[in-house]
Amino acid sequence: MGRKGILINYDFCTGCHSCEVSCRVEHGYPDDQGGVIVVQVGPWEYGPDRYQYSFVPVITDQCDQCFERVDAGKDPACVHHCQAFAMKYGRIDDLSKEVDEGSKSILYYL
Amino acid sequence: MEDVREIKQNGMDDWVVGKDGSAAVVAATGRGLPWRWQEGDLTVTRTAAWSAPGCHLGCGVKVYTDANGNFVKLEGDECNPFNQGRLCVRCLSFDQVITNEQRLTHPMKRARADRGKDAWEEITWDEAYDLICDTFGEIKEKYGPESILFASGTGRDIANGMYRMAYSFGSPNIAYQQTGVACYGPRITATSIMMGNYCVPDCSMYFVDRYDNPQWKPPGVIFIWGNNPLVSNADGNVGHWMVDCMKRGSKIVVVDPRLTWIASKADLFMRLRPGTDAALALAIINVMIEEDAYDHEFVENWTYGFEDLARVAKEYTPEKAEEITWVSAEKIREAARMAVECSPMTMQWGLALDQTRECISGSMALVALWALTGCIDVPGGMVTTHQPFGAEIWQPPAAETFLDEEVVQRRIGYYEYPLYKYSGCVVAQPDMLYDACITGKPYAIKAGWWQSTNPLSCCSQSPESKAYKAIMNLDFNVVVDIFMTPTAMACAEVVLPVATWAEKTGMRSIWYYMQPINAAVEVADNDVRSDLQINLDLGKRWAPEKWPWNSVEEFFTDQMGDSGYDYDQLREVNWMYPKFEYHKYRTGKQRADGAYGFNTPTGRLEFRSTLCEQWGFESVPSYHETDRGPRSTPELMDEYPLILTTGARNWSYFHSEGRQVARLRALRPDPIIEVNPLAAEKYGVADGDWVWVENEYGKIKMKAQVTIAVPESVVNVDHAWWFPERNPETLYDTFSSNANQLVPPEFGSTGFGANCKSLICKIYKLSEGER
Repeated sequence: MGRKGILINYDFCTGCHSCEVSCRVEHGYPDDQGGVIVVQVGPWEYGPDRYQYSFVPVITDQCDQCFERVDAGKDPACVHHCQAFAMKYGRIDDLSKEVDEGSKSILYYL
Repeated sequence: MEDVREIKQNGMDDWVVGKDGSAAVVAATGRGLPWRWQEGDLTVTRTAAWSAPGCHLGCGVKVYTDANGNFVKLEGDECNPFNQGRLCVRCLSFDQVITNEQRLTHPMKRARADRGKDAWEEITWDEAYDLICDTFGEIKEKYGPESILFASGTGRDIANGMYRMAYSFGSPNIAYQQTGVACYGPRITATSIMMGNYCVPDCSMYFVDRYDNPQWKPPGVIFIWGNNPLVSNADGNVGHWMVDCMKRGSKIVVVDPRLTWIASKADLFMRLRPGTDAALALAIINVMIEEDAYDHEFVENWTYGFEDLARVAKEYTPEKAEEITWVSAEKIREAARMAVECSPMTMQWGLALDQTRECISGSMALVALWALTGCIDVPGGMVTTHQPFGAEIWQPPAAETFLDEEVVQRRIGYYEYPLYKYSGCVVAQPDMLYDACITGKPYAIKAGWWQSTNPLSCCSQSPESKAYKAIMNLDFNVVVDIFMTPTAMACAEVVLPVATWAEKTGMRSIWYYMQPINAAVEVADNDVRSDLQINLDLGKRWAPEKWPWNSVEEFFTDQMGDSGYDYDQLREVNWMYPKFEYHKYRTGKQRADGAYGFNTPTGRLEFRSTLCEQWGFESVPSYHETDRGPRSTPELMDEYPLILTTGARNWSYFHSEGRQVARLRALRPDPIIEVNPLAAEKYGVADGDWVWVENEYGKIKMKAQVTIAVPESVVNVDHAWWFPERNPETLYDTFSSNANQLVPPEFGSTGFGANCKSLICKIYKLSEGER
């Protein structure tokens, strides 16, 4: 078995909210809550033509790892619908090997 | 981290050959995948979300229904090569559309005297059809068939059916009421007159195995020009394909006044003044020619009019262009270098080109730019595109196949604007058509059929609510939609409720492949019909010989070109891709006569358009200064110091759709104006303040979002807002907070174009009590 997790390479998160909304739909969460929330950082300019502008999906206490979907052999709803393919679900041991060098990635232990 | 979605389909294993056995109809399919199956208690139907509601994409979706055929849930179809399982928030919130309490569920009628009042009476479909046929028939008798206009919105599989229905009635006045048809059509026209057909950026979408296909290679650089594709999915291309290509090494150049997310990640961000795109393109061309960096083989062997292009571009030195466009000469040179050195370049262009007034000659500059790099029809370049198997799904039939030549020639704008026939969907000139509704010239327009379109919210209204005046001047209007809209509430005598994509039998097909839209949900509780079913029902009444089909499936079978399949066979294989080939102009596959070259009068890509010359239009790429702004109207800039741009989309909405969908509204509850922090300080506006946005045409109330996403002298204003929760009898306040109130109906010399992107305005805070 081994612990499961979600790897997010937020270098490519475009802030499309698909993870957030698919989680709300899957679990019936209200519109101001969810198991994953996209946080916006920026935009600001820190040098000529240099911009900080990121979106970071944050897994919350309401994440139940989509256990029903996972039991059925599917990815969690957020991972399935991520438009940038910036999220991956799997065994922590495997995911930790997949972190791209130099990328801004977050590995959530679920 | 590798892309999580493995495409488990091997293109080569899925080849099928059409009934005539020719290579041209060889295709890849989704054979082996069921289109309907059981998961526990639920039935799953594989389908495509191609309106209503929705955008141009038509993503692959799996719809889950219960034993009664009711909608339970949906998810993205990970087997569909087009979207590979991903979905945006609008599809994900579809549950709140299909079960929405505000949906239209029965045909309704209303007396003309009650226009604008919430005074509807439910009727049956037969009663509705009788009323429409009787009234249209009387008007036709008295004023001729051309006195009834037939309008649709942004298309999908609707155009074919609606155009056929209109032609069956006898009217040549097909309408799309955006000023100057300023959406996609102009770019299709500009490309078609120069190259003989349209081009798209090659993001591997022609192959079922996508990025793994051995023929494909990633673009060296993608110019994202005049659109924010991640949000808008411009022209039916999935915007996130750009991200897929970035991961595979494509460099990114963004041309946009706004700092979008992808602009912040771009290798080169050219923040131009709105509306100056053509000047920028000509300056890049100038550098490519000055530095002798263009593709000589391509230019010498395959193009026409290079000297004319060089002559025009010579005027646009990078230094001169810097003054016009605000983009530094240094960046212009860098862009030229990247276009040539990061081979192949490709371009995802967008609406900003259509929404300049002289959009044809302006868009021609961009076509010339990519052509000079020789990137046409190479893997990862700009690839020429055709309807799959010659199918007539997105592209409607020509009017001439239904109507006598003399009737076709009565189409409003037919003589004045002959370039319209190269735009894909040939319509009446919209602004002249509104004029005809108001003035009765050149002849009276007496009635309107408005199918899946909401022009009172979506199109320019100034001066003095011209669109409203025109539509209200008609004696009889029919509106077909999923929700009551401001347009229907204002003007309709009859409203017909349309089925959503999950409830309809249809066909998703434009450029890359064909896929059936399988009706997944039973509509027993709702008395709704699909767009096409409605067109079929009325078409049969008006010209039964033109509608020999007994079902929608039979209709689609006849539209599937040379695929060799019928609708039911297509359903069994889910989707069908034509065999895609590169370098078609070098192999005689670009022209019907089999000759080498392009499908133009000279057989070459025409930098100087012989068709434009023939009709007396500007024939070479050119830049026209914006009608308003610091260079053309300095005297107005004291009063209206800010450049107003509009039309940008956000994650929640497709134009006027979606405001009644709670989950989407929560993401964007209010109509927004983006204001730079320096401008906000100057005009005493704080983030979250409600402000008046005012120009020569009127004023609207918007909520300020203070952000460096816009430059100091530019504001970006939401369009197409209405408030379904407010009073229907004030038309849901659609004129109160909608950029279209500030947009004049100005179009260019070709009959195309608009000024939506480069207007001027001032902003100031609402006074106490004005909210």
